[in-house]
Amino acid sequence: MKSILQVRDLRRSFYGVKVLTGVNLDVIEGTITGLIGPNGAGKSTFFNCISGLYMPDSGSVMFDGVDVTRSRSQDRVAAGLVRTFQLARGFPKLTVFQHFMLYGQNHPGEGLLASLTGSAVGRRHEEELAEEALSTARRLRLTHVIDNPVTALSGGQKKLVEIGRALMAKPRLILLDEPMAGVNPTLMAEIAEHLKALNAEGVTICLIEHDMKLIGSLCDPVIVMAEGRKLTEGSFAEVVSDERVQEAYLGGRH
Amino acid sequence: MLSYLIFTLTLGGIYALLALSLNLIWGGVGMVNLGLAGFFAVGAYASALVAIAGVPLPLAMLLACLIGAAAGILATFATIRLRGDYLAIVTLGFAEVVRMVALNERWLTRGSDGISGIPAPFRAELGVDGFNLFYLALVSVIVLAVFLTMRRLDLSPFGRVLKAIREDQELATFAGKSVTRFKMQTFALSAGIAGLAGALYGHFQTYISPDHFQPLITIYIFLAVTAGGVGRPVGALVGAYLVVFFLEATRFLGEIFTVLEPGQVAAIREILVGLALLCVLHLRPQGILPERIAPAPKPETSP
Repeated sequence: MKSILQVRDLRRSFYGVKVLTGVNLDVIEGTITGLIGPNGAGKSTFFNCISGLYMPDSGSVMFDGVDVTRSRSQDRVAAGLVRTFQLARGFPKLTVFQHFMLYGQNHPGEGLLASLTGSAVGRRHEEELAEEALSTARRLRLTHVIDNPVTALSGGQKKLVEIGRALMAKPRLILLDEPMAGVNPTLMAEIAEHLKALNAEGVTICLIEHDMKLIGSLCDPVIVMAEGRKLTEGSFAEVVSDERVQEAYLGGRH
Repeated sequence: MLSYLIFTLTLGGIYALLALSLNLIWGGVGMVNLGLAGFFAVGAYASALVAIAGVPLPLAMLLACLIGAAAGILATFATIRLRGDYLAIVTLGFAEVVRMVALNERWLTRGSDGISGIPAPFRAELGVDGFNLFYLALVSVIVLAVFLTMRRLDLSPFGRVLKAIREDQELATFAGKSVTRFKMQTFALSAGIAGLAGALYGHFQTYISPDHFQPLITIYIFLAVTAGGVGRPVGALVGAYLVVFFLEATRFLGEIFTVLEPGQVAAIREILVGLALLCVLHLRPQGILPERIAPAPKPETSP
C-alpha cells in the first residue's frame, strides 16, 4: 500500500484562529478516500492547502514522493494533483468543450510563439486533445451541451463538467470538494458510477462529502477530521461506530 | 477632399492598431490598461529620436515596437499583483508619467516644443500627395497583418488560456496555467503594437509633442473597442475606423450650422460621441461584432 499523498503536521491559522492544528494523514494510492467531519473541522482548508490555494504555516505535503508543500498550484496540477470546488466554478463565457481543452496539461501549442506560428506539434496536440475532450463529453453524457457556455448548464451538469475537466488533466489524484452538493438523487448515482469507473482505471480519489449513505457505499477508507486534525480513520462501519466520531458531530466535548 | 479622406483613413489605421492592442490586453486577458496613450507615446518618441539620429526607418519602427514591449513588461512587473480598478489607476498613472517625462526631459524630448522634422519615408521622392497615398497603403498593410495575427491568436490555444484568465484568474491556475507568464507575454505584445502605432503616427505627422498623447486617446480607443465588440479583433478594427470617421465627420458641424462658435462645435462633438456610444450599446450591448467562442470540432470531421 503506497501512499500517494502524505501530509505531516500541517498547520494553518487565519487571523489567529487555528483552523488546521496539525494534520497527519495518508491517502493510499488506488483508493476512494472519504473525508468527513463536522462543519468547521477544516476539511476545505485542508484541500486548499493541499492544492496550493493557501500556503500552510508549517508542516509538509508530499505528493507521489515529491515535496509540494510550497509549489505553485499550476505545478501541482501538471504533476497530476487536481481539485474541484465546492461551488461548481467555471469560466462563465467559455463552453464545455473549451473547459475540457483548457485542462490538457503541457500543451506544446499553448505558448505564444507556438500559437503565432501554428507549429505542427502544437496543432497535432490540439487535435488529440479535442478527441479526448469529445470522448470525455460522451462519457459524461455532455455531448449535447458541449458548445454551451457553462453558465447555461444545470447545477448537476456543472458538477459533471468539473469532473470532466479534472479528468482532462490526466490526474493521479483528484480532490473532490462535495461533488454531490445540490445534486438530485438520480444524478448522484450517476456521478458515483463515474467515480467508481475512474477509480477502476487507476485514479485515486479523495472526496469531502456530507451524504453518509454515499460515503458508505463509495469510500474506503474514511478519514474523520475534527478541530483541525485527523480524528480517526477506518472503514465506514468502523468510523460511524466510533464514539469519538459521534461526539465530534454532536459537539459533545466542549 | 480626397487628401482629407486619405488622412482620415491613415489615422483610422493607426487607431485600429491601438484598438487591436487594447483588445488583446483588455478583451483577451481582461487587464484594463488605461495607459495605452503612454505606450503609444513611448513608441512615437523612440522611433522619432532614433530616426533623427540616423537609424533607417524600418529598424526605427522595429525598435519602437521592442521598446514599447519592454515598457509593457516593466508595467506588468509593477502591476503584477493588481487587478481591475487598481490596475486601471496604475496604468493611467504610467501614461501620465510618460507624458510628464516627455514634457520635462528637454534634453531628450525637447519638452513642450515637441520634436519636428521626423523623417517621413519617401516624402521627397513622392511629393505630398504621393507620400500620403503611400503611407496609407503602408499603414493599411500593417493593420491587416496585425489584425490577421490577432485573429489567429484569438482562436489559438494561447487565446483560450487568455480568456480563461480573463474569466477567473485563480481558477486558471487550477487548470495548470502560469497566469503571470501569460499576462506578461500578452502585455508585452499589446504594448509592442501600441508602440508600433506610435512610430507610424510620428513618421506620418513628422511632428510630435506631449500634447499629442493626452489620456483622451486612450478613452477614444476604449470607446472603439467597446462599440466594436470587446474580445473580437474584427470588432476592434471596425470600432476604431468608426470612431475616427465619426470624430472627423462631426468636424463639419461648424460649416453646416454656421451659428455655432468653434468652442461650441468642439463641445457638441464630445457630446455626440457619448450619445453615439450610448446608442450602440443600447442596440447592441455586446458591441457591433460581439465575441464568438468557436464550437467544438464535429466528431466525424476529426481525424
